[in-house]
Amino acid sequence: MASALSSRRLRALFTKEMLQVLRDPSTILIAVFLPIMLVFLFGYGVSLDTSVVRLGLIQQSSGSASRSLAASYANSPYFDVTQSNDKEALFADLTAGRIRGIVTIASDFDRRYAASGKTAQIEIVTDGSNPSTANFVSAYAQGVHAQWLASQSAEGKQTQSGGIQVMPQFWYNTALTSRNFLVPGSFAVILTMIGSLLTALVVAREWERGTMEALIATPVTIPEFIITKMTPYFILGLIAATICTLMAVFIFDVPFRGSILALYILYAAFLMPALGQGLLISAALRNQFVASQVALLTAFLPAFLLSGLIFEISSMPRWIQAITYAVPARYLIPPLQSLFLTGNVWPLLLPNIAILLGFGSLFFVLIFRVTRKSLD
Amino acid sequence: MTNIVASASNITKIFDAESGRKDDAITALDGVDFDVRAGEITGLVGPDGAGKTTLIRLLAGLMTPNDGTILVDGIDVSADPESVYQRIGYMPQRFGLYEDLSVQENLDLYADLRDLDRDERQDTFARLLDFTDLHRFTSRLAGNLSGGMKQKLGLACALINTPKLLLLDEPGVGVDPVSRRELWKMVKDLTTEGIGIVWSTAYLDEAEACDHVHLLNQGQKLFGGKPDVLTGSVKDRVFRLDHFDGNKREVLASALNREGVRDGTIQGDAIRLLFAENIIPDVSGISGAENGRLTPVAPRFEDAFIDILGGGPDGQSALAKDYRQIEATDQPQIVADRMTKKFGDFTAAHDMNFSIPRGEIFGLLGPNGAGKSTTFKMLCGLLSPTEGNGSVAGYDLRHSRADARGALGYMAQKFSLYGELSVRQNLEFFAGIYGLSGQTAKGRIEAMIDTLELRPFLGSDAGGIPLGFKQRLALCCAVMHQPPVLFLDEPTSGVDPTTRREFWQHINGLVEKGVTVLVTTHFMEEAEYCDRIALIYRAETIAFGTPDDLKKEASAMAGKEDAAHFTMEDAFIAMIENADIVRENSDPAKEAA
Repeated sequence: MASALSSRRLRALFTKEMLQVLRDPSTILIAVFLPIMLVFLFGYGVSLDTSVVRLGLIQQSSGSASRSLAASYANSPYFDVTQSNDKEALFADLTAGRIRGIVTIASDFDRRYAASGKTAQIEIVTDGSNPSTANFVSAYAQGVHAQWLASQSAEGKQTQSGGIQVMPQFWYNTALTSRNFLVPGSFAVILTMIGSLLTALVVAREWERGTMEALIATPVTIPEFIITKMTPYFILGLIAATICTLMAVFIFDVPFRGSILALYILYAAFLMPALGQGLLISAALRNQFVASQVALLTAFLPAFLLSGLIFEISSMPRWIQAITYAVPARYLIPPLQSLFLTGNVWPLLLPNIAILLGFGSLFFVLIFRVTRKSLD
Repeated sequence: MTNIVASASNITKIFDAESGRKDDAITALDGVDFDVRAGEITGLVGPDGAGKTTLIRLLAGLMTPNDGTILVDGIDVSADPESVYQRIGYMPQRFGLYEDLSVQENLDLYADLRDLDRDERQDTFARLLDFTDLHRFTSRLAGNLSGGMKQKLGLACALINTPKLLLLDEPGVGVDPVSRRELWKMVKDLTTEGIGIVWSTAYLDEAEACDHVHLLNQGQKLFGGKPDVLTGSVKDRVFRLDHFDGNKREVLASALNREGVRDGTIQGDAIRLLFAENIIPDVSGISGAENGRLTPVAPRFEDAFIDILGGGPDGQSALAKDYRQIEATDQPQIVADRMTKKFGDFTAAHDMNFSIPRGEIFGLLGPNGAGKSTTFKMLCGLLSPTEGNGSVAGYDLRHSRADARGALGYMAQKFSLYGELSVRQNLEFFAGIYGLSGQTAKGRIEAMIDTLELRPFLGSDAGGIPLGFKQRLALCCAVMHQPPVLFLDEPTSGVDPTTRREFWQHINGLVEKGVTVLVTTHFMEEAEYCDRIALIYRAETIAFGTPDDLKKEASAMAGKEDAAHFTMEDAFIAMIENADIVRENSDPAKEAA
């Protein structure tokens, strides 16, 4: 009996695989240029911030408090304010999408403010057809209001008449730049792409070109075959991850507060299920075209849509939330973002790494089950 | 003393149907016995789908039989496949090479995988590279080698650690006769080292040269033994018919219809006939051959092969019977007028010049990459010639390309059918693209279905029907619009002799209706059916004439008197070798560069 692992055969297969990787321009394209392109895309193109929003302002009261509040809106860097008292015209603008929200300072504002301070309310109307902009308008309009209140009390114009003041404080990403969490988050998509899309092709290719048949008829064992199929792409994945990390830190000024070691342990852990899924698809389907489609549908799209990167998982329907537990990228993004923005948060890192390795082992068990040295 | 290196007894292999139904399961091998002796080439012969590849894969331990045992070097393959892998060399149909690795890297890989001793490594590589004459190409990527060289490299990889059993699955397919003959010589040399070799093939000249032959058909073994034993079974029954008055194609059709004629093929201007046992061979009942001369000739393996498979098809082509009569005309139907095609600096075809009258079969012959496909594509209107012009059915290719295309039927290599569409859908699709509609299309399709007996397969996917029917369907689709000109690109490459005979019977029938046929082939058997041939090599026409002319010319070239025993393949090889010699002498500088 041949032993399960021979260092000589391992080396030979690994060399062969590396040569194939290096000679195939498309592999380099996917491993080097694709990450660069995607990081730029996420860094510049996709932004969940809405930097300046056009806002309508109706000031029905003309006291000093109202004027001061209206000025706060007009001076806010987040809003481009159109002030008007023609309510109908502003609502028409809102419907037409020319403005994204309307803030109304009611006619009794000055009176109520003078009486009780905090209870002086304003009305905020937003265009709900784009929920994220609507949320933004609502949150920032409230923020301006809150800030105005705070500044008024600081200047002693208004004594606090009890109650609790809510002061929003954003930690870790003080600038609230979505880029700072989008760019590290996008690594999950990039690594899934390299891990699953590239490997989905490699076993299927051996079947299609008839080389699998020749390999089976040699003393090569299944573990040797799988290990050497995986390692080159593992290395490629780490290279791509390094490119991504460097770009994030040096081009996009994303802070990095964790340790390099922890970062690479996390990358490595994530590559296990990513590579495993690709190899499993490839080994089971034996057809490059079908395998790449399946990899796109089952690995890339979930990593993109169901990982919490773009869409908040907690706001998804329950049954979709349940599905997200099976998406490995879900366990990469939070610890990865925390490594960049917070530091080594081991209670967050360790369980996620464990889950990723668990997924990886599951895939490898399945791979061993579907790969047999036989054409039957 | 010969000892047995591999033996299979009572092997049965059943494949589950994709549908999962028991009734659809395919019995690839049904109780087959087989053995391979050391130092011999054992041929595995049979038509497509006979079970040859399955048997080789079972011997290689790539599959497990449903019943029966296989021993390789005394080891039970099912029980200990790993030990078997150490003892065999296996070359699958596509050679099992990594096309993105160089020749040397392929060799290194297989040497390591097969645990070739490090000390022996350099010697082994040197020996194999000598043997395959690949020394000059060690750094070339396998994907950039010619078909013949790939095949040699595949063989070298299979021979890395001198196996006891060498399994070659159809090594001759898709390779030109020169390379095929070289490979045969190389393998023959291996037998002296005591290796037992299995060579599966659909080429019967290869089968004839094997030490032992096993003939498979539909999973059953029909014959096992020395090839001349089988050939001997048709002794005194094979005759050459020549000097007849009638048209050779009509005479053949009439002969095949005669009681007692088992098989017939055209051989240049003559006809080769196989008579049934207990029949006194004569020309009676063969119209057009009353004054013909019948000479006994030595039987060949192919005669016996057809005989044991139940004889060839009879003479009438149902397809041709319903075909319209193409009007007689003096205008040549296919013309190549000094056509040249260049791709950058590379001349793919140079100065092609011929004119084919109505009702003639014209063959473009040549090794792979010689330029015959380029010429063919220019005439189809798929490529524009760099210089020169051509015409098809009277339509100028430069100015009325669309009309020219409408006047021709085209059957591509490997039958370009839609495998996922049903037989009926394929017929309807091709009727549609050739502009047939309504009642005409319906009538034409129904007629095709009836005459070619496609009805049982109408609902099946075209990809899954038996090869013979696939070929019929492809031909139907190509001639749906009853074109006056038919283009055939390697029409029966990789097809067994029975299916090939049926195909040519249809083509002969169509030609009798006035259809003009242009065929490319590197299969010499097909060349015999042609009225005239252009032999193309390195972009040039190196010979031109009837098959008999070419054979005569080549035998004179080789210094042999007896042209009758010179086969088309001999002629082909002699002419190509001669062209190489002429070329080297005239242009030594170029060769050295």
